[in-house]
Amino acid sequence: MRTGRFLWLKRSSAVLQKDLRVEFRTRYAYSTLMMFAVTVLVTVSFSVGGMMLESDIAAALLWIILFFSAMAGLSRTFVQEEESGTVVALKLAADPEPVYLGKLLFNIVLLFSLAVPVVPLFLVMLNLSVAMPFSFVQVVFLGCLGLSGASTILAAIVAKAAAKGALLTVLAFPVLLPLLIGAINATRSTLAGVPAEVLRPDLSLLLFYNGVAVTASLLLFEYVWNE
Amino acid sequence: MVQASVAVNDLTKAYRYRRLFSGLSFVVEHNTVFAVLGSNGAGKTTLLRIICDLVPPTSGRVEITTDGRQFDAAERRAILGLVSPDLELYGELTALENLEFFAGVRGLAFSREKARELLEYVGLKGRGHDFVFTYSSGMKQRLKYAYALYHEPRILILDEPTSNLDSRGVALVEEVIRRQRERGIVIMATNEQREVSYADRTLSLA
Repeated sequence: MRTGRFLWLKRSSAVLQKDLRVEFRTRYAYSTLMMFAVTVLVTVSFSVGGMMLESDIAAALLWIILFFSAMAGLSRTFVQEEESGTVVALKLAADPEPVYLGKLLFNIVLLFSLAVPVVPLFLVMLNLSVAMPFSFVQVVFLGCLGLSGASTILAAIVAKAAAKGALLTVLAFPVLLPLLIGAINATRSTLAGVPAEVLRPDLSLLLFYNGVAVTASLLLFEYVWNE
Repeated sequence: MVQASVAVNDLTKAYRYRRLFSGLSFVVEHNTVFAVLGSNGAGKTTLLRIICDLVPPTSGRVEITTDGRQFDAAERRAILGLVSPDLELYGELTALENLEFFAGVRGLAFSREKARELLEYVGLKGRGHDFVFTYSSGMKQRLKYAYALYHEPRILILDEPTSNLDSRGVALVEEVIRRQRERGIVIMATNEQREVSYADRTLSLA
């Protein structure tokens, strides 16, 4: 007999599979994310020229690119449901929590598939070396997780609004500010190379933020979804 | 046999500048086809959406019971099926993938055989592997019936049930309504005389 927990996972996985299948066939969200990220990356690279960037500036630039790319593409998961009218069929068939989890997992996959080529490209194009590579990967991983977590619930909130794109960025900025500050600090530390205890508070902040973002979103999503 | 009923108690729906209906009360018992009539903008679709828990009422409530037990919002999803012009299925998926997805999010085991039989029943035999965006509006309407019937709902809600359908499609709807009457309840919003003739009871919204 299936338990309730496994049923939840099965339902979330159905949402994830459907979104991946649709995205694979249309490549709408991924193209948006990728084109935005590469355009900004090339612009930044040309602007900086051959200059050697300080680690704090490089860290800020990396997260600016990831933040705005995320804002450009992560809202699609809910906006598409609203615009195509499929949201009614989905609401009638699915409980809110599996929908949120499925969409969150989809956004995580989407953002990671962006970060995997863009972050190394960023390092190469800006001629940066990473003093603590393992910690750097950890920071990018946790930062992207937090970006996806908070953006997913915000995307659900703005999906019904008229000016969705602009609204998501404006709403997301204050919500994501603690995450961005922590991610920028931690990235700067990993680029420059610092003792592990200096990095730990920022990593803890990222972990804590992710936990709070996902838990709060799971609790609030039902109200957003049914509104 | 499980007996279902829908009780609408003192229901009012008003938007900021307009009251659609107020103090609406009725009960739809098992084995009943109930038609909601009314001119455009009278609130027929809104009433169906409130029954499906897609829109909150301004006041009043809808109670759905089977064998005397009331269903909450989450449980309602398992016993309600909806066909409506507002409802769309995923164009980038095939008909079978759509049915598989909705079975998955409902937590049901997907049976390809059952899905094929259902597609054949609604007149989409051999079209299960076609993307839905390639379908005509009539075929999309037929697929909505497959979506609404896959989980064998006790209560079937139909908004303009024969819209976009040809004469064979209209006969299909008649057959669906006849079968559903034996299994539970049909509540439909319509102004078509032919559809009204299927109903056991009607309600007219001013």
